[in-house]
Amino acid sequence: MNQISRRHILGSGAALIVAFTARPSLAQEAKLPGSLADTPMLNGWVRADADGGVTVFTGKGELGQGIRTALLQVASEQLDLPIARITLIAPDTKLTPNEGYTSGSHSMPDSGTAILNATAELRGLLVDAAATKFGLPADQLTTSNGTVQAPDGRRIGYGELASGVALDRKARPGVKLKDPATHSVIGKPVPRIDIPAKMTGGAAFMQDMRLPGMVHARLVRPPTYGATLLSLDSTAVEAMPGMLKLVRDGSYLAVIAEGEWQAIQAMRALAQAAKWTEGTPFPDQSKIFDTIRALPAKDTVILDKKAELPANLRTISASYRRPYGMHGSIGPSCAMAILEGDALTVWTHTQGVFPNRAAIADLMKMPPAKVRLIHVEGSGCYGHNGADDAAADAALLARAMPGRPIRVQWMREQENAWEPYTPAMVTEVSAALDSTGKIVDWQYGVWSNTHSNRPGNGARLLPSWHIAEPLKPQPPTAIPQPEGGGDRNGIPLYNVPNARVVSHFIAEEKLRVSAMRGLGAYTNVFSIESFMDELALAAGADPVAFRLAHLTDQRARDVITLAADQFGWTKGAPLPTGHGRGFAFARYKNLAAYLAIAVEISVNRATGAVRLVRAEVAIDSGQAVSFDGIRNQTQGGVIQAASWTIIEQVTFDRAGITSKDWRGYPILRFAAVPDAVTVHVIDRPGTPFLGTGEAAAGPTAAAIANALADATKLRMRELPLSPERVKAALAV
Amino acid sequence: MIALNINGHEHQLDIHPSTPLLYALRDTLHLHGAKYGCGLGQCGACTVMVDGRATYSCLIPVAALAGLKVRTLEGLGDEAKPSPLQQAFIDEQAAQCGYCSAGMIMRAQALLEANPTPTDAEIRTQMQTNLCRCGTHMRIIAAIKRAAVTMASLKEAVR
Repeated sequence: MNQISRRHILGSGAALIVAFTARPSLAQEAKLPGSLADTPMLNGWVRADADGGVTVFTGKGELGQGIRTALLQVASEQLDLPIARITLIAPDTKLTPNEGYTSGSHSMPDSGTAILNATAELRGLLVDAAATKFGLPADQLTTSNGTVQAPDGRRIGYGELASGVALDRKARPGVKLKDPATHSVIGKPVPRIDIPAKMTGGAAFMQDMRLPGMVHARLVRPPTYGATLLSLDSTAVEAMPGMLKLVRDGSYLAVIAEGEWQAIQAMRALAQAAKWTEGTPFPDQSKIFDTIRALPAKDTVILDKKAELPANLRTISASYRRPYGMHGSIGPSCAMAILEGDALTVWTHTQGVFPNRAAIADLMKMPPAKVRLIHVEGSGCYGHNGADDAAADAALLARAMPGRPIRVQWMREQENAWEPYTPAMVTEVSAALDSTGKIVDWQYGVWSNTHSNRPGNGARLLPSWHIAEPLKPQPPTAIPQPEGGGDRNGIPLYNVPNARVVSHFIAEEKLRVSAMRGLGAYTNVFSIESFMDELALAAGADPVAFRLAHLTDQRARDVITLAADQFGWTKGAPLPTGHGRGFAFARYKNLAAYLAIAVEISVNRATGAVRLVRAEVAIDSGQAVSFDGIRNQTQGGVIQAASWTIIEQVTFDRAGITSKDWRGYPILRFAAVPDAVTVHVIDRPGTPFLGTGEAAAGPTAAAIANALADATKLRMRELPLSPERVKAALAV
Repeated sequence: MIALNINGHEHQLDIHPSTPLLYALRDTLHLHGAKYGCGLGQCGACTVMVDGRATYSCLIPVAALAGLKVRTLEGLGDEAKPSPLQQAFIDEQAAQCGYCSAGMIMRAQALLEANPTPTDAEIRTQMQTNLCRCGTHMRIIAAIKRAAVTMASLKEAVR
């Protein structure tokens, strides 16, 4: 089959999937909740087993966020079945629903909601089956601990009822859920199921996976973007101990060896033996924001509110900047693959087994049905890192050595140099206050590359950049509102009568970029919430009171009030000299979790070092399933964002990336982390899940910048708030 | 052959003397607790104890370990019977992804064996070499403090 017709078939296949998931025939039916809308068949989600257990299927992967435990809590609650008797199947293109990517704080709203309803429906079906056996009306029966009980004392286990329950049909909308007042698992303390093995050396990670006959691969990447292989003398490398195979496809180079250390030594020797062209020159880092600002942009007006403006306005303006940032997972990306006959199986810590299967099939020129991707947990994942590319590496190398499981792991410097970064961004804002100190006009623009170059087509996989016949790249696209990409959270939640927000989408990418925790929300919330403090200062208002004066959403007001009260915003003791306090708020994506944070920071005037001392955080992520899970994710979100905000930036010179290790790309270490980050969860039982993981990032950045302004009277609008920069600003 | 004493057991391994301990543990002995993170001694994910001292297993070659005792996460306890420090990490839910945990626990174990009652500042100083990207640091500090208490009371009980 030639290339064109194969593409045509793949293209039409993708279109078919879209048509299927859109299901116009369902338009007149009530929309099913969460991911049931895309995968309506009940047996896609649940299976009642003959042994009395229940198997639950999810398309969302454990990334270190604790999602598996939360999903099990949801299922256990609705089923009246202990967690120990529920098997949760992780994302697998052969077994589980296609829930796209595990991203965007969507796991609870999508998968949690689907499993909530599917397990509730299964419980109802088990009760119906028992009612038939007992000859009693279903509403007289109760369930507990995996059994159905009749008022006369008869009881029957789910296992005996399993065969009488037909799940090969669509889920019903409006299924009855348990009264939240009776919950005994949702919202109750349940320790994470995955933690004991991880603390004791049990095989827990993709990186720990072993298969019989497994061999080790390592890659030799070009020195930088655009560099191609000029020459290679591989004779010596091929004679190295343990060496099984040298793989070369254009400028794509890899070694496969029996032992892992042997593979690493061969990789190093091969890197020495390879000569490359210079590659694409990088932009000047010192002028990167001007460079970005000057690139052609496609403008979209995402908010346009008109009202008559009063006279006597005070207008102030500002511009904010954030540099390229790195995911920086502690464990570099890893994958394993085996080609058996014409069937390829890939084990991967990808965020999306289905989209990445499509991309790998595209890259390999294989039918997607012959490619199976299975999710295995990796090191903490905060967005589109090297995971998908490593899966593609494993797939390509499996083809080079069929029948053997090929394990490949990236080296630290490869992860740092080749992962897709979060884009550098610029925002510009101008607002007017009336004579009473109210904001009456708001003009805002955000300049950014895309925040999603996730695969789906093979050209976005890194190996495609280097193989002899690269696939044709797809142009980057912007994620549209209401979730948004670069313009995520670009629209302020505050009441402003006259407002215009423009998203300036920049197609040209100077560095490889894609999704990182919060996408553009981090920069937009940093900008908006920094500027709210600048406006409050101009209006002579307290920053918390100023925010409340512009907010009517009660849930927004609740988190703000709670965080301020817990911090002692109005009644607290004065801060020590050199300390400052700051406040910030956002509703993630303007449609997900509400979060407010009050922080105390210290500033060392001699070194310029800013340290987050403590934070009080209030979060409302809807119905809370795991309070400790929400606290853990939020504490982690605050600390990670503090690290981004205070010290992090990808660095480069004209020849390429220079932040290739932890010295070049430092992140917060123990000495610098806060004394305390206290998270207060506002539970909204019975309401939709809003997700948690990304809510803290933007508010944390702004709260720290606001606290720095409070401590020093310095308003710093460019990140990071690094010691060098703060020291220099203090010296002026 | 390379002789290694790992968790109290003697092993004879047919590997190159320059092989870093990390690969002997993971690839030869299938002890996966210690993790590859950077291979540069910058992140601590590979930390094990060598004669009681926290050591980067990604840097030290096996040839340098003759006569020394190596202790790994697996040598502390297992899922059925975790050590006091492992139990404290579980009790504090001191992990998000858990990739750094093995290194954190081994470095903390070395601290608690040398200094059973560390202050917060001493804990931070000792743990400074180990990176956590998920932001679980304060829970890790809490777990180390919790373990210090349980280990002290266990010692008391033995007396």
